[in-house]
Amino acid sequence: MNIIVCIKQVPGTTDVKISEKTNTLVREGVESIINPFDVYAIEEAIRIKEKIGGKVTILSMGPPQAKEAIKEAIAMGADDGILLSDRAFAGSDTWATSYTLSMGIKKISAYDLIICGKQAIDGDTAQVGPGIAESLGLPFVAYVRKIEEIKEGYIRCERMMEEGYEAIEMSLPALITVVKEINEPRLPSLKGMMRAKKAEITAWTAQDLNAEPANIGLTGSPTQVVKIFSPPARPGGEMILGEIGEQAEKLVTRLRELKIV
Amino acid sequence: MSIRVIKDKCIGCKICIKSCPFGIITVDNKLAIIGDGCNLCGACVPACKFKAIVIEKEQKATQDYSAYRGIWVFAEQRKGKVEGVAYELLGEGRKLADKLQVPLSAVLIGDKVTEQAKELIAHGADKVYVYDDPILNNFQDDSYGEVFIKLVAEEKPEIILIGATSIGRSLAPKIAFRIRTGLTADCTGLEVDPLNRNLMQTRPAFGGNIMATIICPNYRPQIATVRHKVMKKAARDAGHKGEIIQKTFDFKSITIKTKVLNIVEEVAKTINIAEADIIVSGGRGLGAPENFKLVEELAQVLGGAVGSSRAAVDAGWMPYSHQVGQTGRTVCPKLYIACGISGAIQHLVGMQSSDVIIAINKDPQAPIFKVATFGIEGDVLQILPALTKQFKKVLGGDY
Ligand SMILES: Cc1cc2nc3c(=O)[nH]c(=O)nc-3n(C[C@H](O)[C@H](O)[C@H](O)COP(=O)(O)OP(=O)(O)OC[C@H]3O[C@@H](n4cnc5c(N)ncnc54)[C@H](O)[C@@H]3O)c2cc1C
Repeated sequence: MNIIVCIKQVPGTTDVKISEKTNTLVREGVESIINPFDVYAIEEAIRIKEKIGGKVTILSMGPPQAKEAIKEAIAMGADDGILLSDRAFAGSDTWATSYTLSMGIKKISAYDLIICGKQAIDGDTAQVGPGIAESLGLPFVAYVRKIEEIKEGYIRCERMMEEGYEAIEMSLPALITVVKEINEPRLPSLKGMMRAKKAEITAWTAQDLNAEPANIGLTGSPTQVVKIFSPPARPGGEMILGEIGEQAEKLVTRLRELKIV
Repeated sequence: MSIRVIKDKCIGCKICIKSCPFGIITVDNKLAIIGDGCNLCGACVPACKFKAIVIEKEQKATQDYSAYRGIWVFAEQRKGKVEGVAYELLGEGRKLADKLQVPLSAVLIGDKVTEQAKELIAHGADKVYVYDDPILNNFQDDSYGEVFIKLVAEEKPEIILIGATSIGRSLAPKIAFRIRTGLTADCTGLEVDPLNRNLMQTRPAFGGNIMATIICPNYRPQIATVRHKVMKKAARDAGHKGEIIQKTFDFKSITIKTKVLNIVEEVAKTINIAEADIIVSGGRGLGAPENFKLVEELAQVLGGAVGSSRAAVDAGWMPYSHQVGQTGRTVCPKLYIACGISGAIQHLVGMQSSDVIIAINKDPQAPIFKVATFGIEGDVLQILPALTKQFKKVLGGDY
């Protein structure tokens, strides 16, 4: 089974804060991590490989330093990695990102299953996975919390819904996006880290992909971010003081006044 | 298409460094340098007082989109009943339609759903496109997607609003990719410019730490998924008139590659947290799994749902479906009661847009108090029963 896992390098979330002075997002240090949801995607791919054999290829689009994220995935147990990197990709929205990644997947050519994280924790759109599937004309299931069965040409999985889940089957090749509940990711092994250190990460540019210039980067992106701002700060809270019984009484009264309950 | 610093104008003042949400601008030798990884978000451009940063775009030849008119709402239904979010979209869609002076239409796809079209009309739809077919019994990306894509090609709306539910957020990217247009995720604010007819879509990103306004000027239709419980439901007006348009689709023309085998409801008894108006959430501060009973009791008295911090889920005290936060669910109920939750940023981003937040924690420094409307400093194990008792008393004996 040939599995491709799409991963995005994102800023380590704990670094993202709003500066009270400048009211903008400040990042202390430049620590980057693999998008947390993508770690579950990597783990699931490795588990499938361990169970039924195959190969796990990591695919990412990003600046040259995203190679580090790919190496981390290799340290976990992925076989190899490819980075799509080109200044021409800058400014991609989810349409252009889906297109570019799908061109990378076409170039890899041998694949049965593509796994993405549910969403990236910076853009938060959850649109890239389904976009890639559509671009490749593949069936897909988003928000997968469990793979019940997978074999040549067939997958049965559970899609997480608001009220529960749905069991869905589809033919392979196909794409899934996964949620946290699907597994418990492993830590990289020492051997894995050694291997990752030596691993050569293939880099492809827009030209290597034969990508249509009108479909990539800012030019290829239908959406434009026109403004970025901090959400209005919540007004200062009110501490409810007194003995426990009193506190409960006061709080309930305040909520009644506000017609919350 | 590129970003550039004009050397003569830049004085190395460093203001742009702070404006960059991605922290990739540096200043060297009194000149700003935009590092690799710039995604051309444009935040630095207006921040520069010296107009030294410019983004140059090759404009796409503007196409004539005058044939694209009208506002559409996807009337998501489950088990034949239209979901609440669709009525919220009708409420918001009505405002946009009136501003642009175009009709508001709903798209209803399912099996034995035609009856529901009348309700959509009573809530403001001028037209309802109905696909009623046993094949469309359950939501499936391929069948629903193909039906929707074909209808868009035929009728050419200028704006499509879809609920940001698991179904909507799966369906919308498929449609947008195929039609080759923009899609803005999980919007919490919508405005329309009557002159250029652009939809200004505001949404949280970075887990709610920043808000972004997004437009899609050169493509039509403009598509947005809209967060549930943010927009106001359309008022019901039995006298509102509308047209029901029955449509059919030739399913032999497509191959459906996915199949829903069964649908399992798990959270019926606890109330789904994405829908709940009141959420009582517990964290590690509860000390032991059995203490979640106190949280459940309060939730029950209030008719609310039970939420959980990641710590409590990781400890195995609560199932993941109850997790609120970055790796769980984003919620925005009217009332959120955080019990023994410290309020790490990953939790806050999932609940800080709730209308009223109550924090109960024994550590006065806990970050949860920063977002709380009301705070109680103290032992959650003592305060919870007192609160439950007080609510029972006030809300009467109908429980
Ligand atoms: C503030 C802000 C708001 C934005 N809002 C929108 C918007 O509403 N609509 C829009 O079209 N674009 C938007 N964008 C752009 C969007 O963030 C980028 O297009 C981004 O490249 C992909 O989207 P995402 O991060 O949301 O990924 P998601 O769609 O959330 O990611 C899902 C999965 O796709 C895979 N994936 C995503 N990106 C990559 C990658 N580069 N390499 C490999 N795998 C990847 C991963 O498996 C990931 O888990 C926004 C950007 C910013 C800064």
